[in-house]
Amino acid sequence: MATKAKAELPEGASPQQPDAVPEAVPEAVPEAVVVRFAGDSGDGMQLTGGQFTLSTALAGNDLATFPDFPAEIRAPQGTLFGVSAFQINFGSTEIDTAGDAPDVLVAMNPAALKTNVGALKPGGLIIADTGEFNRRNLDKAKYETSPLEDGSLAKWQVLAFDISAQTIEAVKPFGLGNKEALRSKNMWTLGLALWMFDRPREPIHQWLRAKFKARPELADANIAALDAGHAYGETAELSGPLRQTHLPPVPTDPGLYRTITGAEAVSLGLVAGAQLADLPMFFGGYPITPASAILHHLARLKEYHVTTFQAEDEIAAICSAIGASYAGQLGVTSSSGPGIALKGEAMGLAIMTELPLVIVNSQRGGPSTGLPTKTEQSDLYQAVYGRNGDAPMPVIAARSPSDAFECAIEACRIAVEYMTPVMLLTDGYIANAAEPWKVPDPASYAPFPAQFLGAKNDGEHLLPYKRDNKGARPWIKPGTPGLMHRIGGIEKGQGTGHIDYSPDNHQAMTDARRDKVLGVAVPDQDVCIGAATGRLAVVGWGSTYGPIHQAVRRARAKGLEVSHIHVRHIWPMPGNLGDLLRGFEQVLVPEMNTGQFKTVLRDQFLVDARPLNKTSGQPFTIAELEAAIEEALG
Amino acid sequence: MNQMTPITTTLKDWETDQEVRWCPGCGDYAILKAVQRTLPQLGADPANTVFISGIGCSSRFPYYMETYGFHTIHGRAPAVATGVKLANPDLDVWLVTGDGDGLSIGGNHMLHVLRRNVNMQIMLFNNEIYGLTKGQASPTSRIGTRSPSTPVGSFDRPVNPCAFALGAGARFVARGFDVSKHLPDVLIAAHAHQGAAFIEIFQNCIVYNKDVFDGFAAPKGAEDKQLWLKQGEPMLFAGGAQGIALDRDGLCLKVVDVVAKEDGTPDWESAGVIVHDVTNRSIAHMLVEMPFGAFPMALGVLYDDPRPTFETAVAEERAKSTAGKKPDLAKLLGSGQTWTVNADEGHPA
Ligand SMILES: Cc1ncc(C[n+]2csc(CCOP(=O)(O)OP(=O)(O)O)c2C)c(N)n1
Ligand code: SF4
Ligand SMILES: [Mg+2]
Repeated sequence: MATKAKAELPEGASPQQPDAVPEAVPEAVPEAVVVRFAGDSGDGMQLTGGQFTLSTALAGNDLATFPDFPAEIRAPQGTLFGVSAFQINFGSTEIDTAGDAPDVLVAMNPAALKTNVGALKPGGLIIADTGEFNRRNLDKAKYETSPLEDGSLAKWQVLAFDISAQTIEAVKPFGLGNKEALRSKNMWTLGLALWMFDRPREPIHQWLRAKFKARPELADANIAALDAGHAYGETAELSGPLRQTHLPPVPTDPGLYRTITGAEAVSLGLVAGAQLADLPMFFGGYPITPASAILHHLARLKEYHVTTFQAEDEIAAICSAIGASYAGQLGVTSSSGPGIALKGEAMGLAIMTELPLVIVNSQRGGPSTGLPTKTEQSDLYQAVYGRNGDAPMPVIAARSPSDAFECAIEACRIAVEYMTPVMLLTDGYIANAAEPWKVPDPASYAPFPAQFLGAKNDGEHLLPYKRDNKGARPWIKPGTPGLMHRIGGIEKGQGTGHIDYSPDNHQAMTDARRDKVLGVAVPDQDVCIGAATGRLAVVGWGSTYGPIHQAVRRARAKGLEVSHIHVRHIWPMPGNLGDLLRGFEQVLVPEMNTGQFKTVLRDQFLVDARPLNKTSGQPFTIAELEAAIEEALG
Repeated sequence: MNQMTPITTTLKDWETDQEVRWCPGCGDYAILKAVQRTLPQLGADPANTVFISGIGCSSRFPYYMETYGFHTIHGRAPAVATGVKLANPDLDVWLVTGDGDGLSIGGNHMLHVLRRNVNMQIMLFNNEIYGLTKGQASPTSRIGTRSPSTPVGSFDRPVNPCAFALGAGARFVARGFDVSKHLPDVLIAAHAHQGAAFIEIFQNCIVYNKDVFDGFAAPKGAEDKQLWLKQGEPMLFAGGAQGIALDRDGLCLKVVDVVAKEDGTPDWESAGVIVHDVTNRSIAHMLVEMPFGAFPMALGVLYDDPRPTFETAVAEERAKSTAGKKPDLAKLLGSGQTWTVNADEGHPA
């Protein structure tokens, strides 16, 4: 995010700025820029954003993106609820969030302008397609007069012109119908954006040629539109408010990089985890936003000994995964809040039968159907406590798209080493957001090969519930000669696994299940930035990492004594966490819920953790967190 | 099930040391014995055999079988079993469920395991009552069943398990009852079938729904109400005195009287009695729907017409989608939209 430089992009946006060539004056080059592409869901904004992201990565800028699309598949055209937006924050410094307020808003229609302009920075640039600002669309967006003409956009720069007409003109040679021609509007806009930030067009040309291999005329038309948008930039620069900005690349570790979304990272991490465990993976899933992407990714990775099974519901999805684990594979299931709720009883079965299982929860706004496409962190209680009986289960939370890769491997490791289900928490933000990722070397991870019992483990007898020094029982595959035994959800006798309801046995088994999970080896908690003691610790988990990190960084730059602690292991918690928190005068816990982690921290450590909550379906902004830090230390 | 080297076992080899906890006189005992008697005949290997159940009296079954066993949660056994079969198709899986477990809470999973045609034997113990929870009406209870939850008699219409199975797309549907001496034959046929084999086993819950099947299953005098179906043989019952014929005008089945020929054998051809063809799906639909009373109870293998199993389809899909692909994790991680940062420059090349 822009920190020191003014991020108003077009030269002359602020009257105080000199009229000079921007690149010649270092102060005029922003450290980072936030661009939001917004249009109708049919306008291809996600595609535009995705390609702009790639060109940004290729230019060596650090970046973070956030797609924000409607819950409706095909919302009526031009409506306010049909607006789809894609925000990217990129710059020549470290970027952790998709940015608070955009510097540039591309609005493809009145509805896109209306729903997004409020977020735009004062003085920011609006690029609007006048071709779509007709009476019909203005009515649909509930505008009485055109905002482009009534002066209501006075605090921003407006560059309004007929992108639709420009696009039709550009693709004329290819003989497309009007409707098909207008489909290239997003490429025209992308061309303009590429010009604005001095990006090469060639990679996009290549991508378009590959994408439209079967219909070369469409490839040509789209390339023509892209080039026309680019050329328009040059012309507009001569006559209007538009200026080109070049953000120098961020110095980074050498190596191979790619962009990755959280859903991709979870999928790849699971594949890597299964390989490290030397196990085939079985993935049982049932479609639900935003978790489906993991099912879709894994369905294409069969050659990695992955079986994907689209079950009849979430209960069948987890039960089939438990069946596969029982039969000797690594069972994995994934869902989002409502589906996780359905899986609850079966999680208890996996806990009781002590079988490895990974459950991925891509959290979304709740309760019930809630906000399917928006993000929230409100399933923490559900993850830690949400089952019948004393049903302890390790829970880990990913902080960013790329961190989800590491967390997925960690979840597989704990599941296999401790014979337990493990829940991995991500959320709608992490699942959809993309960031650059330095591709890791799989050989750099320590393997944790699964062991299967091959012979009786107690002289003449088999003890299916005999525990090792970690408290884990042996994994016994059906089909193994001589080791026939029965397991199930009824309380099991210590060692033997026979049905046993006796009071002493249930006490002992409840304790053993608790001790096993509490004994999971969890690395000590570190401090992300700041001292290990002091006036204020901002303690986060999950996808609040980015905004907390930047807010703490800024506050410290102002001389405030604040540290950032970000917890991956939600359950069991790092052994040193209590002492660490007690070393601070104040503990502030920002969460996208009503204070769930705060409550768990208070319960576990009796510390006076204070909540900072947001449940609007949108991530925290850096400014919100900065303000909270200042208030706490004020 | 899959072809394996036959193993020599006796009934004793299939018994566990666990105390059987059903009520004395419960029909479940007879089914347990029938299964333990059948498995040696199949040459089955205890180490390769898995019994998977849900919750209910019937679902305690796995604890009494000296095989691998998984007593899962209420209604979900078909889903667990599907995961087991996909992970290891070589295992010989027997599913044990009840009328509540398999058709109430687990009705959805039953539908899907049948339509997918996962290769396993599914034994549904139908006692027309919730046994384990002390006798409430179940989805197969007849209208008017008095129970703690229906004190003046149930009034919701029951489901017919075999009709449900056929409707769900089952390729094998059979019926038997707990104390029947023919039950092992039905189990053997189910085991021979490749795919989901659905067996409804009428079971006497002597505590909560005593003797409701006596009309055809009473120890004595009910044989005349049993229509045992055999492939290629005429549908005769009551010692050959009656048979099932097709009413071509009404497109339904009818009971016909059969007279004896001079040699004493029934002249079923003249009476129009149909010959059982296990692959005839239309007749199977009619057989499972025959109202008991006016008709005998159709028992044995009602329908058996295999189709490729789900596991083979999954394996074929895997072969197709992985053809020519070699797993290379390093390459996979580094795929997609990539760029390289060089050591000397510190920015993308
Ligand atoms: C989720 C859940 N709901 C309810 C129960 C209680 N319950 C146990 S067995 C059962 C019904 C069993 O009936 P059926 O399947 O016919 O088996 P039977 O005991 O008659 O053999 C019920 C409702 C349960 N164990 N789990
Ligand atoms: S309650 Fe009925 S079904 Fe259950 S064990 Fe007793 S007799 Fe058998
Ligand atoms: Mg029952």
